[in-house]
Amino acid sequence: MEYPNEYRYTQEHEWVKMDQGAKTALVGITHHAQDHLGDVVFVELPSIGTKLQAGSPFGTVESVKAVSDIYAPLSGDVTEVNEELLDAPERVNDDPHGDGWMVRMTVVDLGELDGLMSAENYAEYVAAEAH
Amino acid sequence: MPGLVNESLPMRTSLNAVHRAMGARMIEFGGWDMPVLYGGIVAEHKAVRTGVGVFDVSHMGEIEIRGPQSVDLIDSVCSNRAAALRDGQAQYSGLLNHEGGFVDDLLVHRVASDHFFLCVNASNQEKDFDWFVENNSFDAEVTFASPSYDQLAIQGPKALVVASRLTDLDLASMRYYWFARGEFAGVPATVARTGYTGEDGFEVYIPPTETEHVWNAVLEAGERDSILPCGLGARNTLRLEAAMSLYGHEIDDRTTPYEAGLGWIVKLAKPAFLGRSALVRQKAEGVRRKIAGFEMTGRGIARDGYRVIVGGADIGEVTSASPAPFLGKNIGLCMLPLRYSRPGQPIEIEIRSRRVAAQTVPIPFYRRARA
Repeated sequence: MEYPNEYRYTQEHEWVKMDQGAKTALVGITHHAQDHLGDVVFVELPSIGTKLQAGSPFGTVESVKAVSDIYAPLSGDVTEVNEELLDAPERVNDDPHGDGWMVRMTVVDLGELDGLMSAENYAEYVAAEAH
Repeated sequence: MPGLVNESLPMRTSLNAVHRAMGARMIEFGGWDMPVLYGGIVAEHKAVRTGVGVFDVSHMGEIEIRGPQSVDLIDSVCSNRAAALRDGQAQYSGLLNHEGGFVDDLLVHRVASDHFFLCVNASNQEKDFDWFVENNSFDAEVTFASPSYDQLAIQGPKALVVASRLTDLDLASMRYYWFARGEFAGVPATVARTGYTGEDGFEVYIPPTETEHVWNAVLEAGERDSILPCGLGARNTLRLEAAMSLYGHEIDDRTTPYEAGLGWIVKLAKPAFLGRSALVRQKAEGVRRKIAGFEMTGRGIARDGYRVIVGGADIGEVTSASPAPFLGKNIGLCMLPLRYSRPGQPIEIEIRSRRVAAQTVPIPFYRRARA
């Protein structure tokens, strides 16, 4: 699985895609995360305006077998929520880095990006975790 | 012999390497390293409801009872009536303690009047064996037979056609909860028309040295029917839709068959068996609590151990819950005070400090159409 080069990744298996101008970011869970969860059947997301704190849980994603928290990769406010996941949670499996996105958020401190992994580092991190 | 179980390392079935090579995700269950899924729980679950699936359930334990008073021993510690069985017939029963609680639930197969074959839960097998031995004041010999048997479960509406390709046994004429001994995929086997999925199917007991051969033969025989290897994840969601009890969840050593909704396996007409006096009393007084089925009506998925709320008060616990892949609902079983346990009772499930609406419903949630 290719991890997009322009994204940044957390140790908890979220990805961040900065928009042009780096004012907001799109957030989702990685291919590895969805693969580990299995069939996603339920996604619970915050409402617009919710203040997210980097490293704190902001939602949950559930498979048949498991419940998993989703952690905020950055601090900021939720500006958009992927409502389509409410009726079609399987999008998280089908297209985790695209249509399966979860929230769009403002970015307060660009410096927080430095604490995240590049695609290359994340791929290595996932490979190491498998052993 | 008991004592084989290593306390620190999970046990492995003879198919462990095969599961791993097939890409199964492994988990520890009841002290065993078992496949939880291969491709996905939903696909495996649906394969069993609409086609056929095969499970490695070799972690399950086997105990054999031999001797002229075998049936007397079984009927003195189990709640159902083994004396009612004929050769080649099986029954679901409860191995009970003095209080009428479950030491385990089990399948009792009568091979012959002086030979019974019991299938018990993996995590309870040593305890069960000890309980039989401790209560054996009969002319009967109890053998811990788990090392001699592996078990594959072939389940689904197409299980009959697939399994029939591998044996000369007349499986089509075999009735539900009957079994036969004979060759299966060229291997000496016990083939029982039983299962833990709510579907038609067979549970096949074979020598562990032959398991890989039989597993491959089943997958090959089922290929044209799109058979799927299935893990414990689907086994759990299938049995939950069928509202079958799981030890440690709906039943345990403090739960009686009446509370678990399993009164049909209690034969009080038997003059004596462990727990009988406690059950006679409970039946006369009526149970105070009972297992009930529920369905989420609000948005949320209940899970094992979540609390059940009515009118703001915590009234009980979810014993098993999950999304139901075939029914497309979020369902569960819970232990409730009797007055809340009837279908139609509005309840709430506490899901991570949020209370989500649910309602008790009749069980089983799913019942197959029988021919």
